[in-house]
Amino acid sequence: MSGNGQKYLLQVENLIVEFPSAQGGRVHAVSGVSFDIKAGETLGLVGESGCGKSSLARAIMQIPPPNSGRVLLDGVELTSRHNRELREVRGSFQMVFQDPLAALNPVKTVGESVELPLRATGLDKKIDVRKVAYEAFAGVGLAPEQYFDRKPAQLSGGQCQRVCIARALISRPKLLLCDEPVSSLDVSVQAQIINLLHDLKQLRGLSLLFISHDLAVVKNISDRVAVMYLGRLCEVAPCTGFFLAPAHPYSSALIAAVPRPDPRQPGGISSLLGSELPSTITPPSGCRFRTRCPHAQPLCAEVQPELLEISPDHLVACHFPLHEEGRC
Amino acid sequence: MSGADGLLLDIRDLTVELRSPGGLIQPVDKVTFSLDRGKTLAVVGESGSGKSMLCRAILGLVPSRGSIVFNGHEAGRLSAGVMNRIRGRDIGVVLQNPLSSLNPVMTIARQIMEPMRCHLKLSKRESREKTLNLLGAVGIPQPHERMACYPHQLSGGMRQRVAIAIALACDPQLLIADEPTTALDVTVQAEILGLLSRLQRERNMALILVSHDLGVVAGVADDIAVMYAGRIVELGPTGALFARMRMRYTRALFDAIPRIDEPLQRRLPDIPGQPPDFSALPVGCRFAPRCASAGEICHREYPPLTADNADRHLFACWFPCAGTEVGR
Amino acid sequence: MADLGRKPGITFYLACGWLALVVLCALCAGVLPLHFTLDQIDSDHLAAGPGGAHLLGTDAMGRDLLVRLLFGSRVSLIVGSCAPLLGLVVGLLLGMPAAWCRGWSERLIMTATDVILAFPALIFLLVFTAILGPKLITITLGLGLLLSPRFIRVVRANTARFREREFILAARIGGAGEVSILLKEVLPNIMGPLLAYTLVVTGYVIVVEGGLAFLGLSVPSPAPSWGGMIAAGRDVLEEAPHVVIFPMATMFLTVLAVNLLGDRLRGRYERS
Repeated sequence: MSGNGQKYLLQVENLIVEFPSAQGGRVHAVSGVSFDIKAGETLGLVGESGCGKSSLARAIMQIPPPNSGRVLLDGVELTSRHNRELREVRGSFQMVFQDPLAALNPVKTVGESVELPLRATGLDKKIDVRKVAYEAFAGVGLAPEQYFDRKPAQLSGGQCQRVCIARALISRPKLLLCDEPVSSLDVSVQAQIINLLHDLKQLRGLSLLFISHDLAVVKNISDRVAVMYLGRLCEVAPCTGFFLAPAHPYSSALIAAVPRPDPRQPGGISSLLGSELPSTITPPSGCRFRTRCPHAQPLCAEVQPELLEISPDHLVACHFPLHEEGRC
Repeated sequence: MSGADGLLLDIRDLTVELRSPGGLIQPVDKVTFSLDRGKTLAVVGESGSGKSMLCRAILGLVPSRGSIVFNGHEAGRLSAGVMNRIRGRDIGVVLQNPLSSLNPVMTIARQIMEPMRCHLKLSKRESREKTLNLLGAVGIPQPHERMACYPHQLSGGMRQRVAIAIALACDPQLLIADEPTTALDVTVQAEILGLLSRLQRERNMALILVSHDLGVVAGVADDIAVMYAGRIVELGPTGALFARMRMRYTRALFDAIPRIDEPLQRRLPDIPGQPPDFSALPVGCRFAPRCASAGEICHREYPPLTADNADRHLFACWFPCAGTEVGR
Repeated sequence: MADLGRKPGITFYLACGWLALVVLCALCAGVLPLHFTLDQIDSDHLAAGPGGAHLLGTDAMGRDLLVRLLFGSRVSLIVGSCAPLLGLVVGLLLGMPAAWCRGWSERLIMTATDVILAFPALIFLLVFTAILGPKLITITLGLGLLLSPRFIRVVRANTARFREREFILAARIGGAGEVSILLKEVLPNIMGPLLAYTLVVTGYVIVVEGGLAFLGLSVPSPAPSWGGMIAAGRDVLEEAPHVVIFPMATMFLTVLAVNLLGDRLRGRYERS
């Protein structure tokens, strides 16, 4: 279970999420995803919209539980737990959503929203909830006296996201899932929130699953990167190795597509990703990326590539991974 | 911006005044700039800097003071009806969220044909043909089949392409794109920007590109105007501005962008605080309360928008950045 | 934002004032210094016009109109407030779980509401009063039951909007149970629109009660009700129109006032 002496905080094994589509047929949102996160580590999960990132996050949070597969937190299985048992351990894994305004109840004060996890678990009878909530506000850089009794609509997007982070951290979780926490924010506010997450990570030894479509943001905050495409992982690698030498053609295309803030070499154009994502109701056979892959061979349509280790800790699911020299 | 015959839009001292619960506010305050045919101006700033209000004023959707001369017609001189006809035909608009700007119960073909038939008085056959061409031009594969689609059947990137096609339906001379890529994935962002700049070149159309991200506009804009609290604080050609950012807010906005070519786990230089409330603007430079280099004069007097030499690079700062190269 | 603070107009205050007056009269009808009792027959003044000893005149049997109007308001107000409230409570109890659980329980509840909605209301009330007798409680219960399918539908539609909202997921992640989520997160969000709907229904119910009284399905005479007074007055409509006009005007103004309030409340929640 614990390879090379390090303890895994989160283990996800062969997770499958499917649901009926509105147009008929079944959506294969997540099709057999496995990965793990060590204590204190940040894993960045990257992919285009529609690749199943959010479905994966919700399945890990058990809202609702996945169709099959296992999620273990600190060696304890979450997937087999009943509702009541699950609620008791909810405090140890929390989540921050993309749209902070939508994640706060519009008719309640933000203070009440932050107190909710404590009250819901009956802690209000044992501790001074108000005091802990005030501390949580101060911990995310909001003056409690000024903001505690405001409604979400009276705060800016960045402030709302701080409130959401305070709410997620108030039960002292070990794992924090961030589902696109900065995509709806301005660049300047985005930097504030990323720095706040950096600080909280160090201060509390938090493990993060950081989901984003923006590789530049992921690079800034992650220790390792996982790339997801159409419900499957293509590549899982340490940040250093990944950005120097991505092994999956899709990863390489994603990196090339990131715009650079420089008029002389803007980058950001990738011929590879010009076409649209295939349907998740009838995904391509074999390797799911083959319809957009420039290196696709007949083999790719027949056999689904497994996620295999090509160098220490660097896993790739590709029949023809890019070699060092061929990578960009 | 040179060439009197090339001049398309000339705006002088444009001010928008609105009634708010906090009294009269001016979300656009004495904005002056001009735009030539076939050129791109990027308007950059945080949310609440007045950039969207500026677009609305140009479109005549909010009452404004000052002069707007479009294509030789001064807005104040013509009757409102005539001006609206000119604007409807010659100015196209693309908004941030294509799902809410498209009509959910109309096929995309009808939505593109409607303005053609209304403003250009085209017959059904002509407009159909033109719509097909447009859909091809904005990069929608199999336009024949897609014409009968409804917006919800398309992906986010495709919807934004449709929105662009609608904006181009009457062959406008000016296209205003308000945060056209903010709601999209990084990979799609680059494509949409590339598409906009290609269309603009091919049609010799002027483009006003509004964004909160300096990095996004770097590759496509000819000129950049940075707005803060309703005023333009720096305005200049993209190359010159990126080579030497003078106004400290511009520089801070640039530094806050996470970059993929930066080392891992770097702490981002964020801008503390948030933009001021229009009903309680600070005296003097409006950025001074958030500026690390602000001196006594900054809190007393508003810095004029001036250039160092005779060049076109204007900035409003009492203590401008020394002018070191931005390339890090 | 700015729109929400829009000041209510004069009609809003007039409506509030009128309703306050009607409620006050209904409450204090017993202690007001009135010159006549409810059933006191003044055989010298049959269907007398307004003025004199009888401020609003008398009806065909010589009973004081003002006194009957004041006491009659109790029936209208009790039915008008209790029947919609009963509907609201039933609606919340069945509509929220229907929206939340989906599956067979939703189908069961919704089928039941469809059946009740399809059942002819008048026949239901006729049978209901035949069994329980024409009493205030019967009419209130009967109307409340007839209204509840509408409330169930409105509650379900309003609740369902919140099922996938992120703040609901956030509460679930925070460890809140489903009942607590419904009561503490969803209910405060749907209460505003529901109250607005209840007010609109109140106006409707007051009119319906008047109609039922006209048909003799409400409180039996000699107990006064606005609808009953109108029904009794139609015999002398030509000689003494005031016997019908006064209760009709009172009912008209009350329903109008309730609708004005409901509209304003609804407008507020639709904008936000």
